[in-house]
Amino acid sequence: MKADRRAVLGIGAGAVVCAGGAGALALRDPPLPPGELAGADMVRGHRLRDGGFPAPGRFEKAEVVIAGGGIAGLAAGWRLAEAEFGGFRLLELEDSIGGNARGGANAVSAYPLGAHYLPVPNREAGALRLMLRQLGMITGDRDGVPVYDPAQLCADLQERIFWQGRWQEGLIPRTGLSPADRRDLAAFQQAMAGFSARTGSDGRPAFAVPMAYSSRDAELRALDRQSFAAWLDAQGWRSPVLRAHVRYAMRDDYGTEPGDVSAWAGIHYFAARRGWAADGAGGNELTWPEGNARLARGMAERLGGRIAPGMIVHRVARDGDGLAIDAFDARRGDTVRLSARAAILAMPRFVAARVCPEAGGTEGFGYAPWLVANVTVDRMPRGRGVPLAWDNVSAASEALGYVVATHQGPAAISAGTVLTWYLPLSDMAPADARRLLVDRPAEEWKRIVRDDLLVSNPELEGAIRRIDLWRWGHAMIRPVPGFLDRADAAPPAPPLFLAHSDISGLSLFEEAHYRGVHAAEAAMAHLGHAHETLL
Amino acid sequence: MAEGDPATTRTFASAPAAALLASAFVVATCGLIYELLASTLASYLLGDSVTQFSTVIGSYLFAMGMGSWCSRYVKRDELRLFVRVELLIAVLGGFSAAGLFLLFPIVDHFRVALYGLVLAIGFLVGLEIPLLIRILRGFDFREVVSNVLTFDYVGALAASLLFPLVLMPYLGMIRTGFAFGFLNAAVALALLMVLPRGGRLRMERVAAVLILIALAAGFAASDRLQRWAEVAGYGEPVIYAESTRFQRIVITRRDADLRLYLNGNLQFSSRDEYRYHEALVHPAMGRVADPRNVLILGGGDGLAAREVLRYPQVRSLTLVDLDPGMTGLFQKSGMLTALNKGSLTDPRTRVINADGFRWAREATGSYDAIIVDFPDPVDYSIGKLYTETFYRAAARLLAPGGMMVVQSTSPLVAPKAYWTVATTIEAAGLTARGYHAYVPSFGEWGFILAARGAIPAQARFPEGRFLTAATEPQLYDFPPDMARRPTGVNRLDNQILVREFAEAWGKYEG
Repeated sequence: MKADRRAVLGIGAGAVVCAGGAGALALRDPPLPPGELAGADMVRGHRLRDGGFPAPGRFEKAEVVIAGGGIAGLAAGWRLAEAEFGGFRLLELEDSIGGNARGGANAVSAYPLGAHYLPVPNREAGALRLMLRQLGMITGDRDGVPVYDPAQLCADLQERIFWQGRWQEGLIPRTGLSPADRRDLAAFQQAMAGFSARTGSDGRPAFAVPMAYSSRDAELRALDRQSFAAWLDAQGWRSPVLRAHVRYAMRDDYGTEPGDVSAWAGIHYFAARRGWAADGAGGNELTWPEGNARLARGMAERLGGRIAPGMIVHRVARDGDGLAIDAFDARRGDTVRLSARAAILAMPRFVAARVCPEAGGTEGFGYAPWLVANVTVDRMPRGRGVPLAWDNVSAASEALGYVVATHQGPAAISAGTVLTWYLPLSDMAPADARRLLVDRPAEEWKRIVRDDLLVSNPELEGAIRRIDLWRWGHAMIRPVPGFLDRADAAPPAPPLFLAHSDISGLSLFEEAHYRGVHAAEAAMAHLGHAHETLL
Repeated sequence: MAEGDPATTRTFASAPAAALLASAFVVATCGLIYELLASTLASYLLGDSVTQFSTVIGSYLFAMGMGSWCSRYVKRDELRLFVRVELLIAVLGGFSAAGLFLLFPIVDHFRVALYGLVLAIGFLVGLEIPLLIRILRGFDFREVVSNVLTFDYVGALAASLLFPLVLMPYLGMIRTGFAFGFLNAAVALALLMVLPRGGRLRMERVAAVLILIALAAGFAASDRLQRWAEVAGYGEPVIYAESTRFQRIVITRRDADLRLYLNGNLQFSSRDEYRYHEALVHPAMGRVADPRNVLILGGGDGLAAREVLRYPQVRSLTLVDLDPGMTGLFQKSGMLTALNKGSLTDPRTRVINADGFRWAREATGSYDAIIVDFPDPVDYSIGKLYTETFYRAAARLLAPGGMMVVQSTSPLVAPKAYWTVATTIEAAGLTARGYHAYVPSFGEWGFILAARGAIPAQARFPEGRFLTAATEPQLYDFPPDMARRPTGVNRLDNQILVREFAEAWGKYEG
């Protein structure tokens, strides 16, 4: 009997091993695909914080120095070039320009690293529209209404959402809704349409893009004193479907939870867009495989050789009527001092305040961290329901979904593509989130990205070739309650000018562009350079 | 564990006897499941479910009879043989669904494999009951027969209910096969462990464990197997199946009828493709005074090219098709070049493998005739090939006096989609004229002629089996159910065509 029992045990153990083996086969964890971990240059950024730059060894002159080659700095440069203002230079800390609007490329496609689209601008965004004309994105007019290049407008299908196991068109689920969901969604949309059509007591639109054109009506500005979540609660709109959509929107544009977003900014997201275009394209976006890097490149091409990358501006101080700008040349390893008649600090406030205390305080300026993953796949994603869209959002995920780089590509049909996957780390304090962003190993991030994609697109199993990660420590200014007052703070005295979307408090291309153009025109006015305002 | 031998205790309450009866139940369930699997799979792959179920069940029962009859030749060691039979059934039954699915596209005589397997499993299952009765011979015969057959029939009921209600909807055929094979092997292993004499059968134990591992692995890999077996969704025998980088190419053949499917959508049937291709090519070619330089966009099967090359004036034919897998196949396979008359290897033909949208927008050149033969606009990617942007690009390539033709889905099933193509071509600055032809395997099919200026009224072309000078003018007549209606323009950023097409064909899952 003993022998038998041993045999039974042996077979039992064998069965356990066999079941385990089968389980391991079923739940096997294949090795993660290769890919790089990159991001805003932390060494250079931290060097700025820690100091220790050599004393200036070279001395040069410039009329205007633009410090920062993100969208605000490029727009300032574009505006100066537009007014035929010579003698300016643009210094960028990183090796490439574009800031959040940078892009990458591999053999499959170009892809965005951050900002990836521009909604068709409102009628009030005249400066931006002029630029879009020059870049060939607006091709003409029909009955006085701008016609956009159909190849640069986001191709159909624009958006789909993974909801209850199926893909549906749009970003708001249409099926499986309770009567309360339908009621709250309808009431919310009606309220937002009301805000969109509303004019303030000063005759300006209640909500505009750029936001500087918005009404200053006290009743509207009072919305900035509470969070969007609190405002929604006060309306009695608690439908989980509505609240999930609102959360998606706030994290998408602001990287911030609705409970932390100013109600004014929250409503701005839904009520400020009134795109002005022929052929019914007003609700569409402009987008490109490489995202807004296309716009950055378009502006940069007009600046020619005035752009100097790898230049860390680390001190800006008054010097007589002008300014002394010290920049460390990362390539040569020395500091050059530029004597300029004016400077435009086109950098986020926490950097500007460090290089020039006069730039203003940093209180209230908080920035949301993001992780962006570019996932190269050798099969096109599919899934049950409507076919692949440009923007694919999963209601089942903490991430914001993925955009398909080849959607706007030159070809109609691609065998493989690059999916740009976005995750704002909005559910914890930004400083903690930044630490997590740095501390969590790349392999762990990759696993998170892969597993998230395979939930909504299991057909991609085995098709992921690369996962390239990009960490944004300070991706977006957070429009927290009270942010509107910041834009009213007195700017530093000329010849120092500030340009950044964080002045608007909304991390949007249009805001950065507006602030850049605004600073450039102020600088030209100060220096007596004749120009006609585009604002 | 209960002591003693069934031959001496003579009561069914003992563990070995209970185990044997339980195995009768499991064996009966598994046996019927394999029978149902084979029938379902045969109906699925070969169609005509009445025939498949009848013949599979008939041959299965016949094989069971043969098995029972042959059991007389087993003289001793029934338990060992019973266990071995169990294990063999576990292997054959467990892998039956996966194996048949995978074999289907690659064997010429699928029925031989199917019935061979059905006969083998039936034979083995037929052996089981006589063996079981003999193993239990120490018991009261009346009770043995009653018990064994009761469990056998109750097991059959369990299987017949489980199969349609639980197994098919939740596990699918391939997983069900593996799951029941596993159960079969597990029963064999359990018997070896419970029965006092089982300890002697070491080889069988090892085999049982190995078989269990193999079946569990198969179960775990079922998803992948299912993907490989996806070609099974065709009505006719699959003779070729390949996934290229861009699409799934499947060719089926039933008797003389050769069919091409791309991603599951029928592209042609050799029985009536001449109707489609004559109607596609000749109205456009016949309206060009001297068609020397011709462009085909799509049409990687070379059938439109075959019609184009019937014109002696043609000096050069450029064919742009996305997929080298497709054009390569239609250049090399003898069966397919017989169909396209070697049009893709003709010295006048130049094959370019490129994306039509990109190629047309970047190309320079001048073509007397442009034949646009893309797949139907089933998704937004293919939909780009039907946009104003695309037609503007194609129009640039049209020589003075040149003609373009676009295959444009069915004006009967999807009249809105069909006329949207015409409206879009007009929005691109061309003159458009619709016509249609009846292609039995497609139904009523539509095309749009396009030209920079007026479209000539008369066409001169080599007469074919379908299109003649007398029948051609009839194609332009649209009865009211297909008549032109106002539509929008299909634009890149608003692809109304894809939505209209999907709505009309009832494929849209919004």
